[in-house]
Amino acid sequence: MTGDRQHQASATAVRTAAGRVLSGLGGILLAVWGAATVGFLALKAIPGDPVDVMLGVQSQVSENVREQIREQWGLNQPLWMQYLGYLGRLVRGDLGQSYQLRQPVADVIGSQLAPTLALAGLALVFALAFVIAGAMLARTRWQRSITSTVELVAVSSPTFWIGLVLLSVFAFRLGWFPVASTRGFVALVLPAVTLAIPVAGILGQVLRQGLDAASARPFTLTARARGLGHAAVVIRHTLRHAAADSVTLTGYLLGSLLGGVVLVETVFGRAGIGRVTLRAIIDRDLPVVLGVLVLSAATFAVINLLVDLAYPLIDPRLRKVGGAL
Amino acid sequence: MTLAISPGRIRRRAPAPVSVVTAALLLAVVAAAAIAPGLLSPLDPLQANAADSLQAPGLAHPFGTDQSGRDVLARVIHGARYSLSVGLGATALGFVAGLLVGVVSGLAPRIVDSVLGRIIAIAMSFPEFLLALIVIAIIGPGQSSLVVALAIAAAPAYARVARSQTLLVRRSGFVRSARVLGVAPGAIILKHVVPNTLGPLLAMATIGVGTAIVSAAGLSFLGLGPAAPTPEWGVILSEGRNLLDRAWWVALFPGVVITATVISISVVGRFLRARHAGAVA
Repeated sequence: MTGDRQHQASATAVRTAAGRVLSGLGGILLAVWGAATVGFLALKAIPGDPVDVMLGVQSQVSENVREQIREQWGLNQPLWMQYLGYLGRLVRGDLGQSYQLRQPVADVIGSQLAPTLALAGLALVFALAFVIAGAMLARTRWQRSITSTVELVAVSSPTFWIGLVLLSVFAFRLGWFPVASTRGFVALVLPAVTLAIPVAGILGQVLRQGLDAASARPFTLTARARGLGHAAVVIRHTLRHAAADSVTLTGYLLGSLLGGVVLVETVFGRAGIGRVTLRAIIDRDLPVVLGVLVLSAATFAVINLLVDLAYPLIDPRLRKVGGAL
Repeated sequence: MTLAISPGRIRRRAPAPVSVVTAALLLAVVAAAAIAPGLLSPLDPLQANAADSLQAPGLAHPFGTDQSGRDVLARVIHGARYSLSVGLGATALGFVAGLLVGVVSGLAPRIVDSVLGRIIAIAMSFPEFLLALIVIAIIGPGQSSLVVALAIAAAPAYARVARSQTLLVRRSGFVRSARVLGVAPGAIILKHVVPNTLGPLLAMATIGVGTAIVSAAGLSFLGLGPAAPTPEWGVILSEGRNLLDRAWWVALFPGVVITATVISISVVGRFLRARHAGAVA
């Protein structure tokens, strides 16, 4: 390849990357707008007066006061006005007010973000560790059938029940981990393991298929013929091929982390987004539910964009301009 | 692809592996518990008995008793009805909805199909549990909400497969021949398109029942399903959570039963799918 052509190619590569980022950002806006609109419509379509939710069912309040509350919250305006107002506030980062907690939804969510991020982050690390360990250990037929059985149990059993068992054995029986405390790293271990298990189960199944496919390819034979051991073949060759398939799952796994967080935080009595969401669902505090929905849609879209951009880093074949695109 | 199999063909088939037979037997027990719980356990799952409070597992109470002295085994047996009916109901509803949307999308003009296809793809990118949670947030908690929410959560996967099958069948030789022969479009859909999408969907649905049971248990553990004294598996587990320091058995056994049921469903489902694929090939 001549220098000129190379320069041209890299210029095109930069342009396609920029294009991808732009269309990705458009996709993020579209996803947030879609989630906000669907959520807003659902919120308006459900029967029941939001004023009842704010005051509690038993409250005895005159119609006058109710009217005042409606006016205060803009509930007496026509629907399209409410919708435009809602979108306008959303653009400015205002997710509205919680019916129950009487504070901005953004504050409610923001104050609970840190413990959930720590939990999900550690769970992701554990899940990757489990999966890679599983891939390295499963060599003989026996080992493989054990790993696939463990995977089957991991994806079949309820996450929260695994949490209960871990809590019962390691916190109550053995006393290795705190029962009630939610402070510090040690308290994070059991919840993170619980959250990691189903994620690792799904990821492990997909990764193993990819590994099997990769190890049947000629380059694996070449690597073995060069005298590489099993671990080296997996780490340097087959894992990189299998990883490309698994990365596609990232969005899905993020979602299962988010769903799992609701259960795991309840089991372990931890504060976080999951608890806030559950409380809001039970109390019918719909602005909070809507806020969580919009934020998750945004997170999903951002992660998917990052995944799209990460493909060429994992798979060099995608870096070639006009290559496998 | 006929479902009527002659006896001679069954005899020639290799017998099912031990794991599949064990799983099928276990499912038969769970089904029996759901249909006639009184036969398996004479004890009342709701009758409180303070004298028997928090008995460890033993001969009288194989799974122990809970705080009110209720037999955990009896509660688990009586709970099979709730969990299975939610699992089966949600799967059936999601199956039918997904089939309808998928077939319509596959047959509709391209614009409609691309819109529906887009919606299906977006819904598919959410895990079922999260989708069900969102639906419950909108329609409110309760046992029937559980069925609706899990059905909506499961439907996109069926819709996707039904759509791609419909697109395949629609272009196939026999549908074109039927059209040339002047068979009415409605008859083509009912006689050719729908039956040919059913096979792969049914294989998915078997495993889907297991997923729905786990999600239902999770949602009722969170307090979004049937209310407290109901012997639903998720509800028992949430009672067990508060007894972990005193009585590990209340939280252990229902989970073992859920896991065993779901694994059995996957094992039987995978076996049926493999056999189905083998029969077609």
